[in-house]
Amino acid sequence: MIGASLPPILEVSGLRKQFGEHVVLDSVNLVVPRGSIISVLGRSGIGKSVFLKCLAGLLTPDAGEVRFENGRPGRFRRRCSYLFQGNALFDSLTALENVALPLEQTTRFGRREIAQTARDALKSLGLDKFADHFPAQMSGGMQKRLALARALVTRPELVLFDEPTAGLDPPGRNAVFEMIVRDRQRFDFTAVIVTHDVPEALAASDRVALLEEGRIRFEGTAAEFAASDDCIVRSFGDNIVTLRTSLDK
Amino acid sequence: MMRLLRVVGQNSLATVAGLGDFATFALRAATAAPATRHLGRRWIRAVHEQGVRCLPVVMIVGLFAGLVLGLQGYYVLARFGSAGVLGTFVSLTLTRELAPVLGALIIVGQAGSAIAAEIGIHRNSEQIDALTTMGIDPLGYLVTPRLLAALIAFPILTVAFTMVGLAGGYLSGSLLLGLDGGVYWSAVHAAVRVADVRECLSKALVFGLITIAICCHSGFTAHQRAGVSGSRAVSVSTTRGVVLASVATLAADYMITSFLV
Repeated sequence: MIGASLPPILEVSGLRKQFGEHVVLDSVNLVVPRGSIISVLGRSGIGKSVFLKCLAGLLTPDAGEVRFENGRPGRFRRRCSYLFQGNALFDSLTALENVALPLEQTTRFGRREIAQTARDALKSLGLDKFADHFPAQMSGGMQKRLALARALVTRPELVLFDEPTAGLDPPGRNAVFEMIVRDRQRFDFTAVIVTHDVPEALAASDRVALLEEGRIRFEGTAAEFAASDDCIVRSFGDNIVTLRTSLDK
Repeated sequence: MMRLLRVVGQNSLATVAGLGDFATFALRAATAAPATRHLGRRWIRAVHEQGVRCLPVVMIVGLFAGLVLGLQGYYVLARFGSAGVLGTFVSLTLTRELAPVLGALIIVGQAGSAIAAEIGIHRNSEQIDALTTMGIDPLGYLVTPRLLAALIAFPILTVAFTMVGLAGGYLSGSLLLGLDGGVYWSAVHAAVRVADVRECLSKALVFGLITIAICCHSGFTAHQRAGVSGSRAVSVSTTRGVVLASVATLAADYMITSFLV
């Protein structure tokens, strides 16, 4: 496990975002240590994806700052990848073409080198036999792996995961978190995962943050999360107990 | 009264803002070419999409337009004893007006609608956001090749429309109604000047750029359609793109003609 003592790759301070009158992020502060896996938990619709899109530059915050380690967001964002909740794969391109796309458009590699790198990326995630398949011909789990292969093919330093386990069954969720942890070790990236799968996130993450009412309500290790006295944090950690208590009432 | 003024004011402001947004979009797409990698491959695909796939329909419509012009022209001109200038009538009508306008409307109906729908689906399924996060300029990747393809496809299809239309005029005027073929073709040869061809190609170029930019913009902004989302937003954007592009073609035609005539 990687703790908060490592130098931050990303620092968020006072981040605010509102849509019309609706304030989604009020004042979010978060430090992401280099090489760590940090999961941002929170209820559905609380603004987790908005937070991630602000980090990726897809949304412009109304206030606050997203500071990368070298202080230049534009250049650093080229070393980030984003795994979308719905995968955002190009449905008219094959699996190989999907993975090759960022290499074709952002590097000066030759055609053969691009094809080989893309094939290697597919192979590393067990998709080499499906290189010529279109995303629609693949299962949900395979599409997720394909999206991850595309996100990792450019060797990013920071990968932002938006609900990577959405729509997957429990074994599928475990497989995705296992894949993230193993690939982090192999490719040496920092991961920010937005999710509401609490047990999996606690097991796989170095640090956990809880987003509530537009602010980070808790930030710490999984053990600290489990031991927290905060009622909101506890409602997330002990959601089965909470459900039973509600039903008993 | 105040409410009416407010509605008119709001709509006027929205229209001006929309025009500004479109102009910025088109300018950014046009200037994205140097930074776009493998533009050639995507350009060839776009030329195929707008040119090759639209060619059969353009030629069929061109043939029937020529046939109708030949018929109508012959009967009207024969009343005044001027059937001999049928070639002049058909060639100038086609070259200066019908070929660029009808050609553009056909391409908008076939390729423009497909472009708006495809880009709308890209937007709907976050593929455009994915391009941004991969460090790829979505305008350079999706729009620039299509704008550059319009510079080639529209003039070529317009010329094809004109040629087939002239043949259609010959078919109905000479082969069906008995006008001498030599008279028809010599009138065509004498009537069409370089300035007419220049007007025809200029219109084709302008219509191509305007219509493809409008269709691309409509798809690109599918997520901004008020009151609709998802597949409905894509269908509304596609319809909007085709309607706006068709109206813009006719408006631009009037303006270009009034400057050139």
